[in-house]
Amino acid sequence: MARRSRSALERATVVTPDLERSETRAKSRRGFLLALPGYAYLMIFFAVPMLIIFVYSFGTRSATGRTILGDWNLDSYRRLFDDFVLSVMWRSFWLALVTTVICLVISYPFAYYIATRGPRLRGLLMVLVMIPFWTNFLVRTYAWRLILGRNGPLSALLGFFGIEEARLLFTNTAILIGLVYGHLPFMVLPLYASIERLDWSLVEAARDLYASGWKAFRKVTLPLSMPGVVGGTILTFIPSFGAYIEPELLGGAQTMMLGSFIENQYYAVSDWPFGSALSFVIMVLMLVGTIVYFRKGGRTA
Amino acid sequence: MADRGGELSEIAVELTGVSKRFGEVTAVDEVNLQIGDGEFFSLLGPSGCGKTTTLRMIAGLEFPTEGSVRIYGEEMGLRPPNKRPVNTVFQSYALFPHMTVFRNVAFGLEMRKVPAPDIASRVEAAIDLVRLSGMEKRKPAQLSGGQQQRVALARALVNQPRVLLLDEPLGALDLKLRQAMQVELKDLQERLGIAFVYVTHDQEEALTMSDRIGVMHQGRLLQVGTPEEIYEHPRTRFIADFIGETNFLPVTVAAAGEVRLEAGQALRAITHGAAGTAANLTLRPEKVSLFPTAEAVPPGWNCLLGEVRRRVYLGNSLYYHVDVGPAVIRSRHENAPGVPLLAEGESVCVAWDPDSAEALEG
Repeated sequence: MARRSRSALERATVVTPDLERSETRAKSRRGFLLALPGYAYLMIFFAVPMLIIFVYSFGTRSATGRTILGDWNLDSYRRLFDDFVLSVMWRSFWLALVTTVICLVISYPFAYYIATRGPRLRGLLMVLVMIPFWTNFLVRTYAWRLILGRNGPLSALLGFFGIEEARLLFTNTAILIGLVYGHLPFMVLPLYASIERLDWSLVEAARDLYASGWKAFRKVTLPLSMPGVVGGTILTFIPSFGAYIEPELLGGAQTMMLGSFIENQYYAVSDWPFGSALSFVIMVLMLVGTIVYFRKGGRTA
Repeated sequence: MADRGGELSEIAVELTGVSKRFGEVTAVDEVNLQIGDGEFFSLLGPSGCGKTTTLRMIAGLEFPTEGSVRIYGEEMGLRPPNKRPVNTVFQSYALFPHMTVFRNVAFGLEMRKVPAPDIASRVEAAIDLVRLSGMEKRKPAQLSGGQQQRVALARALVNQPRVLLLDEPLGALDLKLRQAMQVELKDLQERLGIAFVYVTHDQEEALTMSDRIGVMHQGRLLQVGTPEEIYEHPRTRFIADFIGETNFLPVTVAAAGEVRLEAGQALRAITHGAAGTAANLTLRPEKVSLFPTAEAVPPGWNCLLGEVRRRVYLGNSLYYHVDVGPAVIRSRHENAPGVPLLAEGESVCVAWDPDSAEALEG
């Protein structure tokens, strides 16, 4: 026993800097192997397609709708500043923004409520939040067509209150309703996660230090749940900005959003270079916006 | 202090018939307690005894199911914590992680809308008081446990509360630091002259710092007294066992001041119950002396013959475990000149002064 422990000690003392270095190398190699499937997937299905889009965006549409590569130019990027394109971008932006704000206002108290229940009720309520995912998103959005339609239950209800002929379907409002409905769980989940792991003794400390309930919320609960707010707004804003299904199904010709507009470039108009430029610029804008927002959100939190 | 009392203004905190039930569980059971102005009062008990719940009811973080809490004569009722003249040092400090040390300490003053220049000077003074000057701009995560503890203290004291509530404030610190902080806390309390209500499960901590101690067990306040009273004259077997170390000898009360072992031998002791009640004689190991023969025992002392079973060496002290028949009695000796040197198996006379042994029921 004594001998064995001594030899262990000797082994420990002969660790040289070289050994330590190869140890670190081995560790980082293991880490890389663990991440390899993820890297491979992202390379093949994200980086390579993005590269293809990037290349195509400098191409030219032929008269017959083919894409001519080789005659590189910036025409597609210039067209991004057309009034119509800007109006589509603007509509997408503010619809996504309003969607995000509405989702946040609805979800924060709701997530707070769930996070402050007992463990059993909490689990049940979170399952309820996620139940919509069990049905296909397309089907659920179709359902909104029926609800918002001319002879649907909503117009009947509005009619009952004397509001006649309030056309909802194929308007911005319809898209907004669809977007809020579709993205609410993505706001609730991160908010719930960050409120749930809040240290409530901090709120008690604030109350003990003369903060009213509202002040304690403003000064402690809200700042400490900012990671959830940041996460939730990103998960809501980005998909809303590029939304395709809701504007297609619930919007009309006057309410085109970016998703449909890009799709049109590829299929209806066969202008791949322009569709590519649009996609690429939006992706870069989103990426930069997200990074800036994360940094800022990270600081306040 | 309470003994000067009578006038209500001298009493900082008064609990009358306070109970707290959480569903079926009674956390605090009919507690009556008066804590004097400027007193260092400890609530001592094992975890789950209701001491923290009692403290939280004084702070207003919890409301009694029954009974009343008064602070300086004023009925607290359902008054929220932000409207009470007390501040709390929380068990895990509960420092705001997103604020600097300065902002943490300034929080209470800002909430009470103290003018900014006053805040700055008072915060500086409080930070100085806990010897953390220069740390103002740090975040709690950049501080050691002991420093965080001081911030929590400064954050409460800066508000100049009339009563400071402390919930196991030293629990997370290592032994050396804890002992240093004990002295510092007691010092601070004496300098500020405000009442401290200190919750702890550490009996040594309570004995070191307190003017008085209240021992709690299963929601009940069992005994209130000075450290000497609690240690020398525990009211129940639980208290004798929980505070310090003790031997128990099963006895029956024979008459006032006399108990009898099962074998029939009579012993003198402090008794509380009526003749015939079963009791346990509590004997602190350091009060138990060992003599080679019964003749050597001082007159008036109790004496039981026994055999040394084990000798336990602890460096600064020495224990002998002596089998006296109904129990094995541990006898503690300072490792100093004159310490009895006995071998295992040797016959000795276990003896003690009757005034240091209480017969406790239950």
